Amino acid sequence: MAGGFVGFAVRRVLAAIPTLFGVTLIVFFMVRMLPGDPARILAGELASQEEVNRIRAQLGLTKPVVVQYEIFIRNALRGNLGRSTVTQAPVAYEIETRLPQTAVLAATATVLAGVVGIVSGIVVSTRQYTPTDYLVTVLALAGVSIPVFWLGLMLMLVFAVGLHLVPAGGDAGPTSLILPSITLAAFSLAIIERMTRSSMLETLRQDYVRTARAKGLAERLVVYRHALRNALIPVVTVIGLQFGSLIGGAVLTETTFAWPGIGRLLVSAISSRDYPVIQGVVLLFAVTFLVINLVMDLLYGYIDPRIKYG
Amino acid sequence: MAGLAVLAVMVASAALAGVILPYNPDTADLGAVLHGPSLAHPFGTDQLGRDILTRVVYGGRISLLIGVFAVALGAAIGVPLGICAGFYRGAPDALILRIVDVMLAFPGFLLALVLISLLGVGFTNVILSVGIASIPVYIRLVRGVTLSVREQTYVESARAAGLPDWIIMVRHVLPNTAAPIIVQSTLQLGTALLTAAGLGFLGLGVVPPTPEWGAMLGEAQTYLLTTWYMATFPGLAIFAAVMAFNLLGDGLRDALDPRMKVL
Repeated sequence: MAGGFVGFAVRRVLAAIPTLFGVTLIVFFMVRMLPGDPARILAGELASQEEVNRIRAQLGLTKPVVVQYEIFIRNALRGNLGRSTVTQAPVAYEIETRLPQTAVLAATATVLAGVVGIVSGIVVSTRQYTPTDYLVTVLALAGVSIPVFWLGLMLMLVFAVGLHLVPAGGDAGPTSLILPSITLAAFSLAIIERMTRSSMLETLRQDYVRTARAKGLAERLVVYRHALRNALIPVVTVIGLQFGSLIGGAVLTETTFAWPGIGRLLVSAISSRDYPVIQGVVLLFAVTFLVINLVMDLLYGYIDPRIKYG
Repeated sequence: MAGLAVLAVMVASAALAGVILPYNPDTADLGAVLHGPSLAHPFGTDQLGRDILTRVVYGGRISLLIGVFAVALGAAIGVPLGICAGFYRGAPDALILRIVDVMLAFPGFLLALVLISLLGVGFTNVILSVGIASIPVYIRLVRGVTLSVREQTYVESARAAGLPDWIIMVRHVLPNTAAPIIVQSTLQLGTALLTAAGLGFLGLGVVPPTPEWGAMLGEAQTYLLTTWYMATFPGLAIFAAVMAFNLLGDGLRDALDPRMKVL
């Protein structure tokens, strides 16, 4: 089995390489597809001619495209993503200073969505077709349909503006994290709850669960020892896949709550056409998403012994 | 049915907005700035004294049109590519799947953001951004269905009869992928509405003063401390529309493909 898994892991990593190549190509061509001089676009409208010439030389813009791409990749690997046209600070610095804020927000939201989603999914799976089940189903449907930014505004309106329980926005201590993390978690929470419920219901119908019941085991033991472990395997993958919706959600949530993270940096960069920053953030998001998907695939292959390493 | 009813009301009111509403969505009334809900203005007025109910109803026109055109664009490009990939397999399949993988490396909203940052704001560019972002979803779905359809005996006999590939794809494969495409498109309409509203909220959607639900929420954010109604009603409209599409999609899935019915 171990050999099979290693082979599967190697194939999966190799398969990710062309995708990574494609992602870097898209980010590389982003600026070059725009009408106008790429050096001028990357330097910013207000930059001097000397600065534009410096960037043209630095990025090899007079050289063939293949060489330009090589320079782009070499620079990116060194963490050199250019300079912001607005602040003139290195893009890597702009990202570094905001990364912890986004990481804390995303991690809190993931834990919240995972814990509440799994627990509520288990609870309703053992109470199928009861009022609790219907209520949670409606809430989950609301969770996937509600615009995150509107949920954020409504939470802010009630708990910050109305009840003064938490700050309305910004990062002013741990309480500032409450509303943004609930907002960001809502969509994933609903998906994880639905997945846990259907996976549990399917598992509870399996023969080994029937056998456990026939042995006279208590229902709690049947649910938690026999069904849950197997039912959670697909849920783990779903939690990993939620990272994609977290990225989109983070952009909107951070803007709603004036949270000083990377999502907000991206929005302000798009508004001011700060292309070096846009390139840097998009590259970071896409590569992180790719790596997390890869890790989840490998984890899935590892924790589910039934998987075929085809 | 509930989803269909909500959508029917929204579409009818958006279509008849000019007849049923007394106000113009873009006309400012500086004597009625930020008035709370009343009989004259059931949803209140905004920072320029415009009737919010009128703008929500007209906004439905813009938001629903963006959703429909974007999903149609995604399907128009994604479905043929998905059928080709599944039908021919081999090199075309590998190439199309690589492109899908790269597109999916940019999670839905991020891809739309990247595209709008390149294309610039505006009604058409929002449709293009949201539509292109939904292409990989269709390719994956249709390719999967085509892979199983191409093995069916009726496809084999069509091949044996010497029919050209494109006729087999159009006459035999496409109709059999219709059910999942209809279900996906309905659910995708909800996603497209959310994505377009998200772009509007960030100020990257349609150009003001065009009423669009997301953009209205973006404007409302500034006045949140003093006016609850500016942010509440446009958001409720997005929420209701997306929920209606999701309910309709789930219902269609249960009706068209009972095997997919959620336990």
